[in-house]
Amino acid sequence: MENLALYLPEIGQFALILALVMAVLQVVIPLLGVNRGQLWLMGYARPFAVGQALFLVISLFVLAACFVIDDFSVAYVAANSNSLLPVQFKISAVWGAHEGSLLLWVTMLGLWSVAVALLSRSLPLDMVARVLSIMGMISVGFILFTLETSNPFARHLPSAPMEGGDLNPLLQDFGLIVHPPTLYMGYVGLSVAFAFALAALMSGRLDAAWARWSRPWTTAAWIFLTVGIALGSWWAYYELGWGGWWFWDPVENASLMPWLVATALLHSLAVTEKRGLFKSWTVLLAIFAFSLSLLGTFLVRSGVLTSVHAFASDPERGVFILALLGICVGGSLLLYALKAPTVASVGRYEVVSRETFLLLNNLVLVVMALAVLTGTLYPLVYDFMGLGKLSVGAAWFNTMFVPLTVILAVLMGLGAASRWKKDTLPRLAGVTAVAALVAIVFAVVTPFIVQGEWQGKVVLGLGTAGWLVAATLADIWKKSHGKLAKIPKLGMSYLGMVLAHIGVAITIVGVTMVSNYSIEKSVRMSPGDVETLGDYQFEFTQSGKIEGPNYTSQAVRFNVIQDGEVIEQLTPEKRHYSARNSIMTEAAIDVTLFRDIYVSMGEPLENGAWGMRLQVKPFMRWTWLGAIFMALGGFLAMLDKRYRRRVGVAQA
Amino acid sequence: MNRILLFVPLAIFALMGITFWVGLGIEDKTSLPSPLIDHPFPEFELGVVEDGRTLTTADLQGKPALVNVWATWCPTCKAEHAFLNKLAADGVRIVGINYKDDVEKARDWLAAFGNPYDYNLSDPKGKLGLELGVYGAPETFLVDADGIIRAKHIGDLNADVWAKLKPQFDAMSGAEQ
Repeated sequence: MENLALYLPEIGQFALILALVMAVLQVVIPLLGVNRGQLWLMGYARPFAVGQALFLVISLFVLAACFVIDDFSVAYVAANSNSLLPVQFKISAVWGAHEGSLLLWVTMLGLWSVAVALLSRSLPLDMVARVLSIMGMISVGFILFTLETSNPFARHLPSAPMEGGDLNPLLQDFGLIVHPPTLYMGYVGLSVAFAFALAALMSGRLDAAWARWSRPWTTAAWIFLTVGIALGSWWAYYELGWGGWWFWDPVENASLMPWLVATALLHSLAVTEKRGLFKSWTVLLAIFAFSLSLLGTFLVRSGVLTSVHAFASDPERGVFILALLGICVGGSLLLYALKAPTVASVGRYEVVSRETFLLLNNLVLVVMALAVLTGTLYPLVYDFMGLGKLSVGAAWFNTMFVPLTVILAVLMGLGAASRWKKDTLPRLAGVTAVAALVAIVFAVVTPFIVQGEWQGKVVLGLGTAGWLVAATLADIWKKSHGKLAKIPKLGMSYLGMVLAHIGVAITIVGVTMVSNYSIEKSVRMSPGDVETLGDYQFEFTQSGKIEGPNYTSQAVRFNVIQDGEVIEQLTPEKRHYSARNSIMTEAAIDVTLFRDIYVSMGEPLENGAWGMRLQVKPFMRWTWLGAIFMALGGFLAMLDKRYRRRVGVAQA
Repeated sequence: MNRILLFVPLAIFALMGITFWVGLGIEDKTSLPSPLIDHPFPEFELGVVEDGRTLTTADLQGKPALVNVWATWCPTCKAEHAFLNKLAADGVRIVGINYKDDVEKARDWLAAFGNPYDYNLSDPKGKLGLELGVYGAPETFLVDADGIIRAKHIGDLNADVWAKLKPQFDAMSGAEQ
């Protein structure tokens, strides 16, 4: 047993090499089968996918074991762990930096491949073979990249350090345990939609069946992305210590871009499935969505987006990344150029129709993604040109996003209420007029009642959200003929859409309220001081020290008082992590559905006083609650009967 | 639809790829641009880690030096330390800036891993670092005998990097003699 522990990193690396072998076989054998029309060769796609995933999982577990037993001879462990680190953070430190993240990424790719292998019984074998072969190609690229440039099992021998450098304190948090894996599941999940699209291109069978197969997979990936982004925002909010929840920084943008394109893809797939239209566009979106995922994974982890210099300082990695991106994106776009259908789709639709609204919605989403891409890459290009450093501020993104979101929401309401093929403006106006009226009244009256004044942005935000909800509810009312009992019969797909669209409205309300009605105060406070902010008093009761497992913190205790009663005790901290000699601010937050009270510590001042930052943020939770609704909506849509009905048809 | 149109996404992607590629190339050739290059080293008056005496900008002049920004909390600094020891043994003058660090810890570090530095300026608040535009430790500046910054390297100093910087450093030393 002792000996086994000694060779753990080698075992992990060997498992990774075996996974590479499996991946190569998974690419070659099934494709050979497709070319020669040999079913038995195609049949190998599934076992190889399972084998590959098995070795990847072993490899990942071994890396986790190296962390748990504090094997600091492994360079990656030494750089990102410490013997004092609590065990759950030792495990999450596996994906705390570049090398381990890559291993996690590729393991997830293996697991998605297994899921496709197991849940694809209704698919023709040649499609399964193509899809798994393409996923195998991505795997080969990633495993090679990991082994060649970013091996997490590389050793510091013979002089292994006695102690590790510790995990970045920012990352020692529940958020880090759950956020990256969720986001990665989303990034990697888009590879399934990508593989389906390429397989359909290769076989020339871009049809409704292809769209139906890829829809639930795309939805699944989209759910993970949605939750992952929301978790990231929530984590940044409570961990970075100053109450911001979205910063438009490159890392966030990198996750938002695939989400926007994946959202467009979901809707475009719906048109392709139902009406056989937009095939080329759908394929292109599938390619874009996954390409942006790749860009996100690579560029963020390699540090290109945050600093060009990080990239240049490790040219080996940089060149490998560019080559991999080039082959993957360039190759798929070349295949698209050569094989995408040039004949116009058979289906016809009028200018006023659901098809048109979905197409417009797609365009808005893609424009949003392009805006983010531009804002993210522009500073980089600027720097390349030697013009110096600049950053595109949050203001620019907000200017782009606010109007686009309003347009998008208007289209969402109209699109859901419209009919396929042919609709008329008078009919559409008729069914949505009440909703529009309700939205306008709601948007104008609510802020007046609550605040006694109007702000343009608030009216716009609430109006948009109100319109979305009212139009959606009106549509349910109409489809169920006003009978509640009929609602469940409207179909899971439809109800999923309803839930997701309402989720968007909830997020819009949250963003509107928190951006316009948040109040904050930075004050100097000593024990005994009381500060008033909005309806609340903050009483500084005492300050002291807290000893954590690998940090010591200075903490302040507050009583939060409302109407003369103490409603909550809050204890913000300033932690000092000794291994990295770094300081982290731990905010204390009191949460209700309608407001967050957020207290964080600034700098220590003389005589036991502290600079304190007090904030009251109304409707903060709604921004993330909306994401939960969207994810649940996606989940319902996946459960729709027709994705399973196919099984019966295929077997019959 | 015309098939040529379907090549448009590929063409756009190729264009982006080329931009990146060329960008990387430029980056490699010109090393790291810094607004401070060919400007005098910023004014300072700081304590010395080893013995606590105070030095100023004038003390830096007279002989070319590598000015190396480091800290005990920086793992990469540890990685490059052995190489700095070797350079010092070869007669290269290295001045340290102990960046956002604790003097006690810095002394322990120097005692444990050897001291390749002529002296170390203690910059606990990172004020000098800020003026130097330090991204993070380690960073190394080539400063000539007149106290003018001639080059800058971000990241650890190793044999490969030194191979590029050495000709410039030797030229500076030559000019002085």
